[in-house]
Amino acid sequence: MASIRKKKGKSLPPVSTASLPDIIFMLLFFFMVVTVMRDSERKVDVTTPNATELSKLEKKSLVNYIYIGRPIEKLQKEAGTKPRIQLGDKFANLADIPLFLEKHRVKINESQRGAIKTSLRIDKDVTMGIVTDVKTALRKAGQLAVNYSAKPKV
Amino acid sequence: MAKTSIKDRMSNEVNAGSMADIAFLLLIFFLVTTTIVEDKGVLVKLPPWSNEPPDIQQLKTRNVYSVLVNAQNQLLVRGEPADLETLRENAKEFIMNPNKRADMAEKPTKAIVSMKNDRGTKYATYLEVYNEIKGAYNELRNEEANKRFGRDYEFCTREQRKEIRDDIPLVISEAEPTSFGEE
Repeated sequence: MASIRKKKGKSLPPVSTASLPDIIFMLLFFFMVVTVMRDSERKVDVTTPNATELSKLEKKSLVNYIYIGRPIEKLQKEAGTKPRIQLGDKFANLADIPLFLEKHRVKINESQRGAIKTSLRIDKDVTMGIVTDVKTALRKAGQLAVNYSAKPKV
Repeated sequence: MAKTSIKDRMSNEVNAGSMADIAFLLLIFFLVTTTIVEDKGVLVKLPPWSNEPPDIQQLKTRNVYSVLVNAQNQLLVRGEPADLETLRENAKEFIMNPNKRADMAEKPTKAIVSMKNDRGTKYATYLEVYNEIKGAYNELRNEEANKRFGRDYEFCTREQRKEIRDDIPLVISEAEPTSFGEE
């Protein structure tokens, strides 16, 4: 038959898949570089507000995070519905903040300690009471560079 | 030594076909375990804490731009109700005082923004007000940089930026909040 003869005559060599791993590796490296490990399990709901005057947080290792928000639904039975502070991966009180900052501080090279920033991830529906308390605790602990985490306004 | 034939050596090649699968596995692992975190925010320098009561400085009322936010998230700017949309323009006019009005800042270096809120004020409103004030200063610095050096503030050299910063300093004083509306 004609069709058989045609196939035999024009059979192309199979497409080489040898470069596929390279492409995938490239993607892999891209994701490894642009993303950061999810450091801790979120115990409070945080939707950051919008703002326009944003600055970027450089050096991730010099940043510590404080979350303030209402406990997630699953934990509302034990933790209540009032806004709480989360440090690392657990709920915390105001009194725990200095120790938390100190623990982060000792891990950092002495020459860079002045550049440590605290990123406050605060839910937009939280009232200022708890925020002010945290701010006061930070001031007392000598951690003055603070970044109110926010999303760019569209 | 027995010489391996060419045919033998050919078949000894490691099969690289599964390499893609391994890479895929890693890729998916990273995709799942990581989040692209929003690492942007409004940068603020808090005042240092001191146990002594602050010296009471009597400031001229014309130099103080007071912004009060109550527990209902309403704004009171220099004694008059205001809203967020006009805050930035209003603040800019106050700081620069282009018409040399007697009830606005003598000069930008003397202007002080004083913020006060209740404990029941919503954080979103507070940050928005802060953002507008900061925005007003940023715009003014930008305008000044364009006037003096013909380029945007962020493209100026360190010395030029310092010069502008010294002429238009950002001074925001935050008072202890009143305890209204606490949850």
